[in-house]
Amino acid sequence: METGRYGEYGGQYVPETLMNAVHELEESYEHYKKDPGFVQELDDLMKNYAGRPSLLYYAEKMTKDLGGAKIYLKREDLNHTGSHKINNVLGQVLLAKKMGKTRVIAETGAGQHGVATATAAALMGMECEIFMGKEDTERQALNVFRMELLGAKVHPVTTGTMTLKDAVNEAMREWTSRVSDTLYVLGSVMGPHPFPMIVRDFQSVISKESKQQILEAEGKLPDAVVACVGGGSNAMGSFYEYIEDKEVRLIGCEAAGLGVDNPKNAATIANGSMGIFHGMKSLFCQNEYGQIAPVYSISAGLDYPGIGPEHAWLNETGRATYVPVTDEEAVQAFEYLSKTEGIIPAIESAHAIAHVMKMAGSMEKDQIIIVTVSGRGDKDVAAIARYRGVEIYE
Amino acid sequence: MSRIREAFKKEKAFIAFVTGGDPDLETSYELVKAMAANGADLIEIGIPFSDPIAEGPVIQEADLRALSAGTTTDALFDLVVRLRKDIDIPLIFMTYMNPIYVYGTERFLKRCEEVGIDGIIVPDVPFEEKAELAGSCKENGVELISMIAPTSDERIATIAKEAEGFIYCVSSMGVTGVRSEIKTDIRSMIEKVKAVTDVPCAVGFGISTPEQAEKMATLSDGAIVGSAIVKLIAKYGRESVPYVADYVKNMKAGVKKAD
Repeated sequence: METGRYGEYGGQYVPETLMNAVHELEESYEHYKKDPGFVQELDDLMKNYAGRPSLLYYAEKMTKDLGGAKIYLKREDLNHTGSHKINNVLGQVLLAKKMGKTRVIAETGAGQHGVATATAAALMGMECEIFMGKEDTERQALNVFRMELLGAKVHPVTTGTMTLKDAVNEAMREWTSRVSDTLYVLGSVMGPHPFPMIVRDFQSVISKESKQQILEAEGKLPDAVVACVGGGSNAMGSFYEYIEDKEVRLIGCEAAGLGVDNPKNAATIANGSMGIFHGMKSLFCQNEYGQIAPVYSISAGLDYPGIGPEHAWLNETGRATYVPVTDEEAVQAFEYLSKTEGIIPAIESAHAIAHVMKMAGSMEKDQIIIVTVSGRGDKDVAAIARYRGVEIYE
Repeated sequence: MSRIREAFKKEKAFIAFVTGGDPDLETSYELVKAMAANGADLIEIGIPFSDPIAEGPVIQEADLRALSAGTTTDALFDLVVRLRKDIDIPLIFMTYMNPIYVYGTERFLKRCEEVGIDGIIVPDVPFEEKAELAGSCKENGVELISMIAPTSDERIATIAKEAEGFIYCVSSMGVTGVRSEIKTDIRSMIEKVKAVTDVPCAVGFGISTPEQAEKMATLSDGAIVGSAIVKLIAKYGRESVPYVADYVKNMKAGVKKAD
C-alpha cells in the first residue's frame, strides 16, 4: 500500500502552509521510532509515569450474569489521566520535544485528550493550548479546569456546531499560523498522514499487551475484541496486533445517539459516505453537497462526523465490523458495569460494554471477548445523573 | 492562451473574491457584475463549505450565512450561467475538496466547463494530492490554480513548474483575513517562481488597503482580496453593492499604480 494510504483512504489533504510541517513530522517520527534512546525513554514513561501495562481483568460476575463468553476488560481507565489518550500523547509530546518544538496544541472532545496533552506538556515543560468546542466545555466543565490546573490554556471554540469537529478545525487553523515552534498533537487515528499511522502505533501498546496477557491467562487468542469508535484511536490500538489473526473478530462500536435512523446520531460507518475532510479521505456524515453534518452523541468523545481512514479500510475489507449503539444502551451499560463489577466506565467505553452485553450471552462459555474500557467514567457522572433526571451540577 | 493568462497580460491584475450566496444569490449576481464593471480583472466565487479550515472568521461566517440561505453547488452553477451573459472576465471557483468530491469530481468539472468557469482554487489539495483533480481539470479545460505559502521554500520550484493559470502566493501564515502588515519576504518567493516559469503570480491573504495592494502588485503580477470585501457584505448585506463597487474601484487604482 502507498505510504499514508489504507486502500483508497487516507492521504494528506492539507493547505500548502502545512505541507512542510507534516513532512517534518513524518521524517522525525520515522527517525525516532528506530532510535533506541527514544524508544527507551518512551517505554520508561509508559511504565513509570502512565502505569503500564494496564490490567487485563477477568470480569467474572459480568461473565456469569450474561451466561456466555468469558469477558475480559482491558483497563485503559487505570492509566494516569484516566484514559488511553495518554499512550499517544506521551509519544507525540516526546517526539515534539525531540523535534525542538516548545509548544503543543490539541483538540479535545470530552476533554480526555486535552487533559492527557496538558499533562504530558506539564511533565515535559512545553507550552500547551487546547481547543475545545464551547458546548463540550459546558458538558465537561471539570475537565476544562483540570487542563488549566495543568498549566494549559483552553480556547472554547464558538464556530460551527461548537463540538469536536470544530475543535479540530480551530486547532488546524492555529497550526497553520504557527508551525515553526508548534506541533499539533492530534488525538485520534485521523487527519492527514502521518497522524493516523503515528497515533495507531502509539496506541497499539493496548493490543500488544492484551495479546500477551490473554495468552498467559487463557493460553489462546480471544474470539472477539470490542472497542468504541469515534475517530477510532482506542479501537485501532485494541485491534492492531490482531489484524493478522483472522480468527479474532474485531468489532467497533459507534455512537448512534438517539438511533441510527434519527438525525441525531454520530454513526459514521452506518450512515456516512466517502469524502475528503480534515486532511483525509475517509467516511463522513454529510449531505448530498458534501456539507459536513452536525452529528450528535451523549458522549462528547464520540461526537465526531468522521472516522479514521484505517477503520474505513478495515470496514471495507470486512476485517472489522462496526455496530451502532444508542445513548440509551450506553447509559444502561454505564450503570450495569458500575453495579456489576464496581467499575465506572467512560460513557464512550460504555458503548463497547453495551455491545458486549448484546453478544456475550449467545456465545459459548469457552469463548473469549476482550473489551477495552478506554477511560474511566468520573467525568460523566454528572451528565448521566442529568440524563436520568437527577439535577446534579458539577 | 487561457482566459486567466490573458487577464494578466496587459497590466497588473486585481482579483476579487466573494462567497457565492452571501447574503443571497441575487446579491451575489449584482456584486460580481459590479466588481467586473469597476475594474476586477478576475473574480473568485467561493462555494460555501460547512468547515472551511483555511478561512478566518470573516469568510467562515460568510460561508455559514450562504449555507443558511440555502445556497447549493447547483445554484452557484446557475448563477455563473446568468453571469456569463454579461461578463467576459475569468471566473474562478474557490472551494474545498469535499464539496467537489461528493458532487462527483468529473461531474463538477464538466459543469464548470459548461457554465464557463475558468479555474478552481482548492486550498486543501496540496501538490502531493493534485491527482485528485488534475485529470478532470485537464479533460474539461479548467485550470487548477496552485498555491505557494511562506513555508514552501524548496517546494516552490516543484509547484511552479507544473502550475497553470496563475500561482496564488499566500502572503502570510495562518488563515484568510485582514492584516495590518505583511511580513513575509514576498520578493524572494516570487523570484523562486520566476526562475522556473512565466505563469503569473498574484498575492493574497491579508490585503485590504489600496497601499497594500499596490505594494503586493509591485512585487508580483497582482493582488487578491477576499475578507475585506466580504466584511462590507457582512455589514451592508443586500445594500452592499455600491460599497463593494467603490471599494473595488479604489483597490484597482492601487494595483494600477504598481504598473
